Amino acid sequence: MKSAVIVFPGSNCDRDVAVALEQVSGQKPTMVWHGDSALPEVDLVVLPGGFSFGDYLRSGAMAGRSPIMKDVVDRAHKGKPTLGICNGFQILTETGLLPGALMRNAGLKFVCRSVTLKVEHANSAFTNAYTNGDLIDIPVAHHDGNYFADADTLSALEDNGQVAFRYQDNPNGSLNDIAGIYNESRSVLGLMPHPERAIGDELGSSDGRKMFESLIANL
Amino acid sequence: MSEINTEITPEITPEITPEIVAEHGLNEEEYARILCALNREPNINELGIFSVMWSEHCSYKSSRRHLATLPTEAPWVICGPGENAGVIDIGDGQTAIFKMESHNHPSFIEPYQGAATGVGGILRDVFTMGARPIANLNALRFGCPDHPKTKHLLAGVVEGIGGYGNCVGIPTIAGQTEFDPAYDGNILVNAMTIGIADADKVFYSAAAGIGNSVVYVGSKTGRDGIHGATMASAEFDDDSDEKRPTVQVGDPFTEKLLIEACLELMAGDSIVAIQDMGAAGLTSSAVEMASKGDVGLELDLDMVPQREEDMTPYEMMLSESQERMLMVLEPGREDEAMAIFRKWDLDFAIIGKVTDTKHLTLLHKGEVVGDIPIGPLVDDAPNYDRPHDVKPAAFAAETPDIPAPNNLGDALAQMIGSHHLSSRRWIWEQYDHQVMGDTVVLPGGDAGVVRIHGTNKALATTTDCTPRYCYADPVEGGKQAVAETWRNISAVGATPLAITNCLNFGNPEKPEIMSQFVGCIQGISEACRALDYPVVSGNVSLYNETNGKAVLPTPAIGGVGLMQDYTKLTTVAFKVDGEAVFIIGKTQGHLTQSIYARDLIGVTTGPAPFVDLVAEKKHSEFVRAQIDQGHLTACHDVSDGGALVALAEMAMAGRIGMDITHDAGHGFWFGEDQGRYIVTTNDAESLVQAAKAANVPLTRLGTTGGDMIASQLVSSLTDVSEQWMPNYMAAP
Repeated sequence: MKSAVIVFPGSNCDRDVAVALEQVSGQKPTMVWHGDSALPEVDLVVLPGGFSFGDYLRSGAMAGRSPIMKDVVDRAHKGKPTLGICNGFQILTETGLLPGALMRNAGLKFVCRSVTLKVEHANSAFTNAYTNGDLIDIPVAHHDGNYFADADTLSALEDNGQVAFRYQDNPNGSLNDIAGIYNESRSVLGLMPHPERAIGDELGSSDGRKMFESLIANL
Repeated sequence: MSEINTEITPEITPEITPEIVAEHGLNEEEYARILCALNREPNINELGIFSVMWSEHCSYKSSRRHLATLPTEAPWVICGPGENAGVIDIGDGQTAIFKMESHNHPSFIEPYQGAATGVGGILRDVFTMGARPIANLNALRFGCPDHPKTKHLLAGVVEGIGGYGNCVGIPTIAGQTEFDPAYDGNILVNAMTIGIADADKVFYSAAAGIGNSVVYVGSKTGRDGIHGATMASAEFDDDSDEKRPTVQVGDPFTEKLLIEACLELMAGDSIVAIQDMGAAGLTSSAVEMASKGDVGLELDLDMVPQREEDMTPYEMMLSESQERMLMVLEPGREDEAMAIFRKWDLDFAIIGKVTDTKHLTLLHKGEVVGDIPIGPLVDDAPNYDRPHDVKPAAFAAETPDIPAPNNLGDALAQMIGSHHLSSRRWIWEQYDHQVMGDTVVLPGGDAGVVRIHGTNKALATTTDCTPRYCYADPVEGGKQAVAETWRNISAVGATPLAITNCLNFGNPEKPEIMSQFVGCIQGISEACRALDYPVVSGNVSLYNETNGKAVLPTPAIGGVGLMQDYTKLTTVAFKVDGEAVFIIGKTQGHLTQSIYARDLIGVTTGPAPFVDLVAEKKHSEFVRAQIDQGHLTACHDVSDGGALVALAEMAMAGRIGMDITHDAGHGFWFGEDQGRYIVTTNDAESLVQAAKAANVPLTRLGTTGGDMIASQLVSSLTDVSEQWMPNYMAAP
């Protein structure tokens, strides 16, 4: 599996996700600078966590308009698997690849803790090593993870089985306890929790490995 | 920058009156020294530069002679105090670079920005030496929980530390937070950073190469933080809020870019010297670089990137705008360096050159606006031997009686649910403690542990200090602060290597304060020598006083230790039912100055516990050997609250109770004797034999199991521990 990790100014989980991809797949991802205009030929595009452009505007708003994002969006529309973690999820909603928005946490504070997620729909290239209903422990670390969408969008997400992960103990006020969602064709996944921080028991959990294992098996 | 009139122009500067001199925090004797150094009157720019360089904050004028007594050497020390941070060898061609620093005064005035820029400043001290920061820590002290300002200050400081550290993407992995009315008017915000660099890629600040370019990178210079160093060198009064404009504003996003850009440039060989602009900004960075290199610097202030219009030389030299660095480049390498900083959208400007004059020469609009010989500015800075012959009051007082509680378990629950011993989860969940993917012991244990990326090695680190001991007995308190970091690092299985310190005290012009300072230094020194645990960096913060009321003497110590194999580390949690629980070390039941005495009985007099450094060393060696051989299933140092609190913490962490079989009084359970650890093992007999062979005191306390400890449900203790801080912060 060839992958690319996009590096924005202020990304800070780019190395972490690259380590996870390499550890599980044995292949180093290509790090792509946000100012580039074209992606290399890869099987997977990853938008990492962090504070792109300091999140000084809305989280992800500036990064969503970076030069590289035109190609990322074009390819995603053509079905190229695209994963956004944390700030990457925020960027995906800013580009419209995923519906809804991530607002300030309901508690108004940054939250860093391990949360239990229920795997809602494991029928994607990102998740099919999991089983529907699996409970997995993955850390969150964000200030703006409170998922919001209007009622119609929300019921469409539910009806189409686009909710990938749900919090068991909602840390941020997200509607329907949503922690991660797919696009309609399940080629794009955005989630607030950090699977790349849960790839070994020494880190507290290895429940994130299956996401990378799914990708390797499928791509 | 040639063709310049080198005469000092008189009309650019107002007349220097005694009032202006006093406003700059300089006394008559100090001003006389300036006249002597220059052989003429300074202009306002020069006066400002002398003022910040000779401030307590920059010159260490009250502390220097005492700091010189600290042990700073060991075979593994690569660079001790004097550079931006200390450097130690951690093997395999790698170094750990670390330092702790205070941001007390600004954090009291503006808690979010004060704390945030404290983190930013200490990060720069570490990456300016070539290290990628891998962990942040802090040591925080607030006033009484009931004081009207405490909640606001705590909320702001924690948010500020998180806001900065989370954005730059460095995990905040350990810290210490406590409350005491002595901090009502002066909170303490001490931040520490550890970084990793290859041994052949450590950068220093000595400017060299006559004619080499002096380059400014990072953010633009504004009018923020002018005179911050001077503010940090004076007491507060009721009007301190008016000092708000001297607090800087942090921009962690720019800092993140600056880290990446600097490390990218450092991967090559174009940097001769590099120094961050911290307290006293451009002034102190330029003077430090010139002084260390024994050269002069000529700066053309017109070239300084400026955020505001019409900035004067005085403002530019004294601004403490954040996220800026100064460097000297190899000749002809400017374009290559500029390309990197441009890529990261950072300012890059050649603002001067290295000269052979040994003067700091400032040019502005074609005129020389300042010309100061570096030697006198640095070497002739005042160096005071302030009176320090006052014995602490506790020495004269009789040892008070500390009565037993009616019920041991109830007393335990009360302590666990108190402001002092309750869980700090509310704080550390606001810090990203896992970014970088190498945090292998989460906050809440004895020491934070981060893996060295891509290896099995790890660094264990902690910040500690017990100010009430330091107040009762500065020497023992100083020893204890060092010893507690030593124990916390040993308790996870790491070998303690070196410390940094952050010495927070009141007004050194008062003999009782200076006596505390000198006593604590003596204690730190004794402990560091006995443990072979040198001081490699540090910071002094004096004048932590408001309206004449000083903080408790608070010499915060940051310790760093190394583990060769992190998979062997031991945590505090009880692991399974049925394991033997032992205490290592002697317990005589030292109750005075304990949390039990202070918080449950209300007695604050009497001596602090004695620290037996020989026992500390022996016990820690035993503990580390047992951990290394895999004989211990849990380990926790005994500190605040005593043995029973330590046991309860282990029970709560493991959600497993304990059957206590050792019969003893409250002195045993709540006394704060030093040099002790609680351990569990599944092979009691072997541990007993090993302890006997090593001549280490070992006492069986009981066996893990069940859901109770000291007749309290473990889950109820967890509830009271976890509830105190959220309830406190949520209350109106």
